[in-house]
Amino acid sequence: MNFEFNEEQMMLKDSIVKWAQDNYSFEQRAVSRNNDEGFSRKHWATFAELGWLSVPFAEEYGGYGGGVVDLAAITQEFGKVLITEPITPTLILFGGALSASVDDNVKTQLIPQIIEGGLLGALAVYEPQSRFDVSNIKTSATASGDVYVLTGSKSVVLGGGVADQLLVLARTSGEQNDETGLSLFLVDANANGVTRSPYELMDGQRAADINFDNAVGQLVSELDQAYEPLMNVIETASVAMCAEASGIMETLNRTTVEYTKTRKQFGVPISSFQALQHRMVDTFMAYEQVKSLLVGTLCELSDENTSVLRASKVVAALRTLVAKNGKLIGDEAIQLHGGMGLTDELTVGHYVKRMMMINLMFGNADFYQDKFNQLSYGQS
Amino acid sequence: MNNSFSAADLDFQQQVRAFFEIEFTPELRARANDGRDVKGVAVEWQKKLYAKGWVAPGWPKELGGTGWTPVQKFIFETERCNAGAPDVVPFGLKMVAPVIIHFGNDEQKARFLPRILKSEDWWCQGYSEPGSGSDLAALQTKAEKDGDHYVVNGAKIWTTYAQYADWIFCLVRTGNFEKRQQGISFVLIDMKSKGVTVNPIHSIDNHHSLNEVVFDNVRVPVENLIGQEHQGWTYAKALLAHERTSIAEVSNSKRNLAEIIELAKQQTNHKGRLIDDPHFQQRLSDIEIELMALEYMDLRVLASMSAGDTPGPEASLLKIKGTEIQQALQELRMETIGAYSASLRVDEFQNELHREGSSSRKEYMYGRAATIYGGSNEVQRNVIAKAVLGL
Ligand SMILES: Cc1cc2nc3c(=O)[nH]c(=O)nc-3n(C[C@H](O)[C@H](O)[C@H](O)COP(=O)(O)OP(=O)(O)OC[C@H]3O[C@@H](n4cnc5c(N)ncnc54)[C@H](O)[C@@H]3O)c2cc1C
Repeated sequence: MNFEFNEEQMMLKDSIVKWAQDNYSFEQRAVSRNNDEGFSRKHWATFAELGWLSVPFAEEYGGYGGGVVDLAAITQEFGKVLITEPITPTLILFGGALSASVDDNVKTQLIPQIIEGGLLGALAVYEPQSRFDVSNIKTSATASGDVYVLTGSKSVVLGGGVADQLLVLARTSGEQNDETGLSLFLVDANANGVTRSPYELMDGQRAADINFDNAVGQLVSELDQAYEPLMNVIETASVAMCAEASGIMETLNRTTVEYTKTRKQFGVPISSFQALQHRMVDTFMAYEQVKSLLVGTLCELSDENTSVLRASKVVAALRTLVAKNGKLIGDEAIQLHGGMGLTDELTVGHYVKRMMMINLMFGNADFYQDKFNQLSYGQS
Repeated sequence: MNNSFSAADLDFQQQVRAFFEIEFTPELRARANDGRDVKGVAVEWQKKLYAKGWVAPGWPKELGGTGWTPVQKFIFETERCNAGAPDVVPFGLKMVAPVIIHFGNDEQKARFLPRILKSEDWWCQGYSEPGSGSDLAALQTKAEKDGDHYVVNGAKIWTTYAQYADWIFCLVRTGNFEKRQQGISFVLIDMKSKGVTVNPIHSIDNHHSLNEVVFDNVRVPVENLIGQEHQGWTYAKALLAHERTSIAEVSNSKRNLAEIIELAKQQTNHKGRLIDDPHFQQRLSDIEIELMALEYMDLRVLASMSAGDTPGPEASLLKIKGTEIQQALQELRMETIGAYSASLRVDEFQNELHREGSSSRKEYMYGRAATIYGGSNEVQRNVIAKAVLGL
């Protein structure tokens, strides 16, 4: 048994830490975060140079050939410095869905562009009525010659505003909530019939609502069979985000402990109050729980003997725990900072908002606990 | 035991309901929800309440109060929340006015109270300092006598809405005694005085309500001292107790709960409506049951106040439970709306859920403060441990 990252993964992590030390202080981050696109193209080019954008892709397309553990290794570090560059939308979601595509030409063409930093993408799945259900899809795609035309709307598409290419889930047959009958399409983000309304999210990242009105798309999944592979992509993305969340939790706990040691009230550091000590012990334990289940999840997902059911169950457990413990850690970090915790100037609120964002993506604690219940104890 | 209203109370309830229906116009509601014109909306609304004679239920009748019984006050609060109408800005009407009424001299009463009543002056509260939050008695802002003036130097922090304020009521140090609570004085400072600077503090709800107020050799006439020099702590404590009783916010929470239920009826997934989801119901009822208990806790305190008691440490209990419930509801509301809570600003092209989500998140973020200000919940627990349990 070995629960540590390997040497190569440690080197990857170190390269992020080093780069962030020189280029991504909180003040530096604010500069790129506040420009129109919400991130720095220059940083993105550097990420490509440093090889980070190749991590999840197969070697045959010029990638590093990394698995979920490699991905988690980097997102954990990205979490610690609150990267606003579109790692999740382009690399994990778009890149993940692209890798899962059955169209080898498209992969050969696009994956190298992502790796070089020249292509931004977004994955458009959820719709105004979908809530967290990937099968609740109304957007339709109809064959027209050798292409399809798509009509419908997608909401809160991460990175949707800056994307060059979109992967869009649309219904090719069946009813609104059917899992079969869904297919994935590649759509040029600037094509006719695509209207994007971008906006800023609470964590500084960007999203867009996207409207498709007879927009031309290219089928890149098996016809009607996109649901399963897409759920796998979301599962991997979930784990990567949980790793990011663990980086956030660690940072929040450390910041809070440090603050209470320096903040004096009633003539003593507030860390000397036992009422607060126990609270910080609880948040420390909450983080350790997450870290343990994360490591366990990574091991199980890397083991080819793990059944699909078991994998889904472990991920659902991890997401539930991250949501609950992350909420506790975020709340306590603000509370123990007192008025300071409410300020935008302090890093705490920014970490908390990113964590809240993670805990709203693809499903909240209730959603994942419900999923866990169904996987463990049968249909409810 | 009985918990019913008298016929007169029911009649009063009808009057109040009618007032809100007519005066809290859709136009005013829209501007209040929009949140950009904080001062304009507050002043306009408070002037309407003043015109009706209802702006200061907590004041003695002869000074402009309503003379309502505690039950009538309760009814008014409930109806206000049901109507979704904003509370008055507390700093003038609910915080400094009671101090002036109890401890000010006749000139001060004549000078300040009518203008507060008519919302002609905007007040802010200058207690906290960078080095003194929970430990308020550690405050350092100095006021030194110079003829018939005090010269004030120091800084206040977290001063809500100081950017709009005409006046600030401050705790300042006028002397150093063995007990730190001594030597603190309660003074009223004109925000237009030379040497007053207001620096904005942006908060995690992406809004500007907080400020730092810096005093640099600000000359304050001694006639702006309330009560006795060095005795300000006593006055401030009386005022803090006042602040704490209105903090349970039962009616607000009831309204929020009702709105969450409505939202959950509109949210659907493949299993049906969110409101029919047993998991969701469980979360909702966890909160509602606590809220029911809180309501009766609040009413019990109200009843004992009707009987002439002043609220004691039970105010701490109301504050702790009230704010915990508020925060639980804010969280549930955000999750009921789901991913739309992530959008930062509310732009025109976005749909109703974006608007709901964004404003719910904003309330959630600002709501973190409820367990910090007004005496943090940790400090309130210390109070209960000491004053109730004798620990
Ligand atoms: C949104 C907002 C609006 C405000 N508006 C105003 C205003 O208008 N005017 C004004 O004067 N002030 C205002 N305040 C200030 C508020 O009263 C203080 O924030 C509060 O008193 C806490 O002080 P602090 O922020 O310095 O936190 P600290 O006192 O530093 O507390 C930090 C943490 O330590 C805990 N702690 C402290 N002492 C103890 C103890 N003995 N035992 C256990 N735990 C302890 C606290 O509970 C908290 O969790 C506002 C604050 C906020 C957040």
